[in-house]
Amino acid sequence: MSTTERIIPDRLRSPLEQRLKSWETLLLLVAIGIFIANSLASPYFLNAWNLSDATFNFTEKAMIAFAMALLIISGEIDLSVASIIALASTAMGAAVQMGVGTPGLVMIGLGVGLLCGAFNGVLVTRLGLPSIVVTIGTMSLFRGISYIVLGDQAFRGYPASFSWFGQGYVWWVISFEFVLFAIIAVIYAVLLHKTNFGRAVYAIGNNATGAMFSGIRVQRVKFILFLLTGLMSGVAAICLTARLGSTRPSIATGWELEIVTMVVLGGVSILGGSGTIVGVVIAAFVMGLVTFGLGLLNVPGIVMSIVIGALLIGVIALPRLWSMWRAR
Amino acid sequence: MLKKSDSAIPSEGSTVQTAILALDGITKTFPGVKALSEVSLHLIPGKVTALIGENGAGKSTVVKILTGIYQPDGGAILVDGQPTTFPAPQAAADNGVTAIHQETVLFDELSVAENIFLGHAPRGAFGLIDRKTMNQKAGEILDGVGAKIEPDHKLKDLGIANKHLVAIARALSIDARVVIMDEPTAALSHKEIEELYELVESLKAQGKAILFISHKFDEIFRIADNYTVFRDGQLIGDGAIADVTEADLVKMMVGRDVSQIFPQRTPNPGDDILKVAGYSHPTEFEDIGFTLRTGEILGFYGLVGAGRSEFMQALFGMTRPSAGTVEIDGASVQIKSPADAVDHGIVYVPEDRGKQGAILDLPIFQNVTLPSLGRLSKNGFLKLAEEFKLAREYTERLDLRAASLDTHVGNLSGGNQQKVVIAKWLATQPKVIILDEPTKGVDIGSKAAVHEFMAELAAQGLAVIMVSSEIPEILGMSDRVIVMREGRMVAELSDKDLQPETLVRHAAGI
Repeated sequence: MSTTERIIPDRLRSPLEQRLKSWETLLLLVAIGIFIANSLASPYFLNAWNLSDATFNFTEKAMIAFAMALLIISGEIDLSVASIIALASTAMGAAVQMGVGTPGLVMIGLGVGLLCGAFNGVLVTRLGLPSIVVTIGTMSLFRGISYIVLGDQAFRGYPASFSWFGQGYVWWVISFEFVLFAIIAVIYAVLLHKTNFGRAVYAIGNNATGAMFSGIRVQRVKFILFLLTGLMSGVAAICLTARLGSTRPSIATGWELEIVTMVVLGGVSILGGSGTIVGVVIAAFVMGLVTFGLGLLNVPGIVMSIVIGALLIGVIALPRLWSMWRAR
Repeated sequence: MLKKSDSAIPSEGSTVQTAILALDGITKTFPGVKALSEVSLHLIPGKVTALIGENGAGKSTVVKILTGIYQPDGGAILVDGQPTTFPAPQAAADNGVTAIHQETVLFDELSVAENIFLGHAPRGAFGLIDRKTMNQKAGEILDGVGAKIEPDHKLKDLGIANKHLVAIARALSIDARVVIMDEPTAALSHKEIEELYELVESLKAQGKAILFISHKFDEIFRIADNYTVFRDGQLIGDGAIADVTEADLVKMMVGRDVSQIFPQRTPNPGDDILKVAGYSHPTEFEDIGFTLRTGEILGFYGLVGAGRSEFMQALFGMTRPSAGTVEIDGASVQIKSPADAVDHGIVYVPEDRGKQGAILDLPIFQNVTLPSLGRLSKNGFLKLAEEFKLAREYTERLDLRAASLDTHVGNLSGGNQQKVVIAKWLATQPKVIILDEPTKGVDIGSKAAVHEFMAELAAQGLAVIMVSSEIPEILGMSDRVIVMREGRMVAELSDKDLQPETLVRHAAGI
């Protein structure tokens, strides 16, 4: 061995410097820009209650997006999340008809979410099927069950105490959902960035074979991620059902793509391996602000989806175009 | 033994003139490795030239240069005595050079004829593929190689041997003057090998020049007219096969003063630590058993495909054996996954660093600490300062060269990547470390460092298993050597039995 003492520095760039030059910073600037544009465009925007209302546009989706972010970083995806909401909501609605109270409803919502997640997880990790195919299948399957149970009917009659999960305010304009969103964001940020489990998720997403050769139980980690996505879908189902006060089988239709959009907009690589929870949080605000701002301007829903689509492509393509232009 | 200065220059001017295709003083360097150093090769019409050398001697690089996949850094390619270049595979094909590779890329969902003519199918009206002509021509070529295959069958319906014949037919579908065969008999049965020999004879009769790469001496002596031996990217000798014996060739392949570049060790084996018995796999290996002691370096030698890596990966829990037992420290253990293996103190440094060994897009420190996180963290929470400390400790022991511990492993050289992988495993404080081709693709300087470090580990009482196809490495490092051939242990050698010739004989089965 060499006897000369050489010190390899821990890092060349400080974590702060890395953060300032990151995707998240760019996204934050976009969010601030949209905020300013909104407040100039509509006199009703800068109103505490209106802004509080705006958060409902993203809180439920974002809860799922955090779990989805981990799943996508690991190299998998779950497109059945919106259908899990439908199935969990249907199960809760059916339980209401049988006179189950609020604590029981919550348990059912979470339980159905976990079961659906476990079902996806088993198919992907035990049978080795590709998650995109499995969850496209369960997307139809789970919602199909809702349609069979409900047809064109709706479950109503949720207890008043249950409605608080979707309509309650913790303090002044701060809704329960927003508080829950914030707590979940912190939990997932810690889980992804501060724990062994999060490190394993990154390792798997970058190189699943290499991770397995490093002694990581890859299939177990992936199974847990499917469980978490299912669980968060259950949580979102509780909040959404409580907010709407009813269950129809079409509940949350199309959310899976909005959630994936939120995750990708937040800087998570769709190929896996990289991304942060902070990015997803900012992306949630961006999407919420855009939808709400356009709503205040009476822009129809179709146009909104055009704007969201253009925003996604624009924000993702710009850095690439910029680096291509600089490389010329 | 022939000296390089005697043999590197063709003995007669006539061979240069008659060669259809010749390499003259070709050099090829990869980052950190000189793969070829001024080698020459002459392919003569109607003759079979055998290219012989250990794994890593530069044979594959030569094939890639001859087929336009690699560009040489120096020297000349001569076609009919005229200097030329093969800037792309198409240029080589245009000059009538075709190759049958060890692993040919064929397309399961296409028909046999489509596979044969992919990229140069006969065209009919509007530039569409003339299927009838194509099938007819394919049938003729298949007949020519003695294959009874219908041209319009899908490739996936064929067996391995027939697929190989399709690959040969594909190579011959261009108007070839030079046919390169890279271990063509590796996948064939005895009868098919005989048929291949006949094919080679008929190609010879047609005046084609054939470059035949093989590890099997019996077939070299059976069909080759000339030989060329490479070692470590250098031409060691060439001439007519009639003028040499097997022993001469083996000597040329392996001969080198090995004692100087390897660390001096005094083997001092301790207690039995690992005991494997009857380890078998349905297809890859059978009845592997041995005992490993602390402080010992056990070498596994064999040709590529002998089942060494497959066995090691089963021992590491990547695949499940069909039978067999493992004891560590006298206690019987079940290894169902790499995580189990690591828990029991068995770690594995794979041959394929980029895919299996390291996670290239993660920083050095995260690679090093990955298997140790359980021990390093508190209740599952990362402790970054501890991580850097551990990564620093082990990478400095291995004399890693890197800009920072936050550098992505993918940005390091092959040798330094290997150091990261080894550091990763040492940080788990293992009992048994398995190194699979530990210095493959590693530059000379790092090679010596890895060897020295292996010796140090053994001296500290770690049990080391080293899989290597490089004879000097096997001889220079191992206390004992197990030779594998076709999935079985064929010899266990130590002390004075450890001779290059003996190793090669057992590995090749002669």
